[in-house]
Amino acid sequence: MFLQDGGAKTVQYLDFLSPGLYNYWIVIFLMMVGFYIVISRGNLVKKLVGLNIFQTSVFVLYISMGKVEGGTAPIFGEGFNTFSNPLPHVLILTAIVVGIATTALGLSLVVRIREEYGTIEEEDIHAQEDESL
Amino acid sequence: MSAHLPILQILIPLMAAPFCVILRHRDIAWLISLIVSLACFAVSLLILDQVLTQGVISYFMGDWPAPWGIEFRIDVVNAYVLVIVAAIGAIVSLYGRHSVNKEIPKNRIYLFYTAYLLCLTGLLGMTATGDAFNLFVFLEISSLSTYAMVSLGKDRRALTASYQYLVMGTLGATFYVIGLGLLYMMTGTLNIVDLHDRLVGMDGSIRTLQAALAFLTVGLSLKLALFPLHLWLPNAYSYAPSTVTAFLAATATKVAVYVMLRVFFTIFGVDIFEETGLANVLMIFAIAGMFVASTVAIFQNNIKRMLAYSSVAQIGYIMLGISFLNATGVSAGLVHLLNHAIMKCTCFLAVGCIVYRMGTVRLSELNGVGKKMPWTMGAFVIGGMSLIGVPLTVGFVSKWQLISAAFEADMMPVAALILLSSLLAVIYVWRVIEIAYFREPTQNTGVKEAPLSMLIPLWIMAGAAIYFGIDTGMTLGIAEIAADMLVGGTP
Repeated sequence: MFLQDGGAKTVQYLDFLSPGLYNYWIVIFLMMVGFYIVISRGNLVKKLVGLNIFQTSVFVLYISMGKVEGGTAPIFGEGFNTFSNPLPHVLILTAIVVGIATTALGLSLVVRIREEYGTIEEEDIHAQEDESL
Repeated sequence: MSAHLPILQILIPLMAAPFCVILRHRDIAWLISLIVSLACFAVSLLILDQVLTQGVISYFMGDWPAPWGIEFRIDVVNAYVLVIVAAIGAIVSLYGRHSVNKEIPKNRIYLFYTAYLLCLTGLLGMTATGDAFNLFVFLEISSLSTYAMVSLGKDRRALTASYQYLVMGTLGATFYVIGLGLLYMMTGTLNIVDLHDRLVGMDGSIRTLQAALAFLTVGLSLKLALFPLHLWLPNAYSYAPSTVTAFLAATATKVAVYVMLRVFFTIFGVDIFEETGLANVLMIFAIAGMFVASTVAIFQNNIKRMLAYSSVAQIGYIMLGISFLNATGVSAGLVHLLNHAIMKCTCFLAVGCIVYRMGTVRLSELNGVGKKMPWTMGAFVIGGMSLIGVPLTVGFVSKWQLISAAFEADMMPVAALILLSSLLAVIYVWRVIEIAYFREPTQNTGVKEAPLSMLIPLWIMAGAAIYFGIDTGMTLGIAEIAADMLVGGTP
C-alpha cells in the first residue's frame, strides 16, 4: 500500500525512526519514567530518585540539541571548521548544580522527616497525621 | 552609581546572606536583614523613578552585550513588581523579629535570616533579569531557600509540607526548562527580547513552539499555584512560620505571575493565544479556582489554611484578568497583584500577631480575640474587607477593574461570576469576624495586644490597603502603562 507512491510516503511515515531522533526518544522515555516514579512511589527517597531521572532527561535534551552534524568539540585547531554548540552544555552545567542542590535539600528533609515520624513511607506518614487530628 | 542600580538590587541581599551565617547571632542577623531589605526597597524605588522618567534600563552583566551576555532589562512592568517585592520584604523583616524568635528554634534563627535574604535575592533576580535561563537560576535560588524556610515551622508537618513543595516546585521548574529548551531549539537565543524578535512572524502552528508554550504554561502554573496545580500551597502556608507565610503569600506567587506575563506577552505575543485557545483554558481554570478554593476556605478551622485557600482563589482573579487578553484585563491582573500582596500580607501579619500571643491558629480557640487584641483584629478586618472587595479598600479597585474588563471583552456571565465568588469571600471573612467579636472570650484570660514592633508594620500594610483603595492614581496608573506595553507587544 505504501509502495504505490514509490515509497516516498513510507519514508515519511517512518520519519520518527530516523537515527537523528534516537536521543529524543531516550529523552522522552527517561522523562516519563522519572515522572511516573515521582507520582507512583510512596517512598520519599524513591520519589527523589524519580525526580533526578526526570531532571537528567532534560540534561540529555539540551546536550542533544547542541550537537552539530560532523562538528567537533568547540576548541579551535587546524583543520577543524565545524563545532558543536557549546552553549547548551554550559547551561546544563548550571542545571546540574541546581539539581544537586535540590537533591541534597530533599534528602536532608527526608532525614528530618524520618527523625520526626520514624518512617519515610508516605502512607505511614499520612496515617500518623490522621491519628493526631 | 545610578547606572548600577539593577545589579545592586540583587547584590546587596546576596552578599549580606553569608554574613548572617558567619556572625551566627540572631539579633545581628535580624539587623542585617532589616537594613538590607530597606536598602533594596530604596533601590527599587530609585529604579522605578528612573524607568518612569528615562525609559527602559538595560544593564549588561560584565559588559557583555546582549544577546550574548546576560542582560538585566527593567521596564515599567518589572520595576513595578520589584517595588512590590522589595516593599513586602522590608515590611516583613521589620515585623519578623519577635515572631521569628518565638516560632523558630533559637539555634536556627540566623539560618532563617540567611535563607530569607537568599529568597529575596532570588525573587528580585527573577524580576530584574532579561535572560530566560538566568531567570531559571534565580527561580531555583528563591525556591530552594523557600523550602528551607517552610521546613523551619514548629509543627512536624512543616517538614512534609516542605518536601511536597520541593517535589512539585522542582517539577514546575524543570517543566520551565524543558519549554525553554524547545524555544532555544527554534531560535538559538535565551534573551527575552531577542526571543521575541525571532519568534515574531514565526508560524504559530509549529508543533515545537506549541509544545514549548504548553511546558512553560504548566511549569509556571505549578509555581504560581493556579488551580488545580495548587496542591503544595495550603500545606506550605499553613505550617510555615507566620513571618514566612506572610512573605511568601505576598511575593513568591506574584513573581511567578510576572514571569508568566513575560512569557505570554513579551516572548510569544498575544497572537498565539488566538491560534491555540490557551486563554480560554486559563479562564476556565481561573474561574474554577475562584469558586472551589473559596468554598474550601469556608470549611477550614485553621485560620492560616483558610487564608491559603483564599490565596488560591485570589490567584484565580489575577489569572482571569490576564486571560481576557485586553489591556484593561491585564491591568486588572497587575493591579490585583499588588493589591492582593497588600491584603494577604495584612491578614497573615495579623495572624502572626495572634500566634505570637495565643499560640494557636484554630478558629475555635479564638473566641473573643477581637476584644483582647483590638488593633490586630482591626487590621485583619481591613484585610478581610479587601479580600471581599468592599469599597474604599484595595480589593474594590481590582474587582472594579476586572469587571470592566469583562464588559470590555463582552463577557457578562464572567462579570456575574466575579461578583458571585466575592460573596463566598464574605462568608469566610465573616466567620472570623463573628468568632473574634461576637463570642465571649473563653480561656487565655491573660492575652495582651501584640508588641508595638509587630503592630507598626501590620498597620503600615493595613493603611496601604485603605490608602491605595482611595488614591488609585499611582497603582492603577502604573499598572495601566505596564499593561498597555505588554498587550501592545512592545518588548
